[in-house]
Amino acid sequence: MQMVCTVATRYEVNNLKLHYDVSGDDFTRAGEASGAIKATLKRLGFPADVIRRVAIAMYEGEINMVIHADGGVADVEIEPDLIVITLTDRGPGIPDVEKAMQEGFSTAPETVRNLGFGAGMGLPNIKRYTDTLTIDTEIGKGTCIRMTIAVPA
Amino acid sequence: MTVRDLITDLQLNPLVEGDLGRAVTGGYSGDLLSWVMGRAKAGDAWFSVMGNVNAVAVCVLADVACLVLCENAALDEAARARAELENVTVLRSNDTAYALAAALSKRLERIV
Repeated sequence: MQMVCTVATRYEVNNLKLHYDVSGDDFTRAGEASGAIKATLKRLGFPADVIRRVAIAMYEGEINMVIHADGGVADVEIEPDLIVITLTDRGPGIPDVEKAMQEGFSTAPETVRNLGFGAGMGLPNIKRYTDTLTIDTEIGKGTCIRMTIAVPA
Repeated sequence: MTVRDLITDLQLNPLVEGDLGRAVTGGYSGDLLSWVMGRAKAGDAWFSVMGNVNAVAVCVLADVACLVLCENAALDEAARARAELENVTVLRSNDTAYALAAALSKRLERIV
């Protein structure tokens, strides 16, 4: 007889992978992926502070893809001790990453600013709320942002 | 202090009623969404003139206690629908963000 034993992890999850398409130029739908992740993490019982950090960082990433890159894809890996978010787009790329990381620097158009975005806080907010942030960008090819958030023991 | 207390004390007009029993632990005022999302704390009452669907998304993601639209700012229909769906409380007042934040601050000080 074969016995199957399941070892319960802290949050009853082991390498859960989720994939979302983020549509471009649609501000009314921006936030759907981050909202879905928030709901999933809540259901799995992750701490409120971790959920808030993941949701904010991912929403900023989504908004950036909507504003600058005509959308993209979001991949999220959920482990009991680590959340990894990878956002990939085929947008114009970031010419000066250092500048883009500065609070208040923005290249968002006026129409976007009128909606309350374009404060130049997107990437700085992502950095603020994540533990690691890697930006791979190539002019004319696109950008891949990978961020991780550790879950405290 | 709960959202329900806030409505009574600051004489706010409820547009969408979410969790009115939620505790209000502070306040934040601002209209730039990313700025607010980066700095507002969970449990804050958020004073703003931004009544669009993205403002509601910020409420959900930043986990604020409620959105208070100041100076009779409009809540658009898509935002109202999203707030109802997401159980986000949206309130409105004639007063300025300054007046409302000052009033909230006084009441929270009294409680502490």
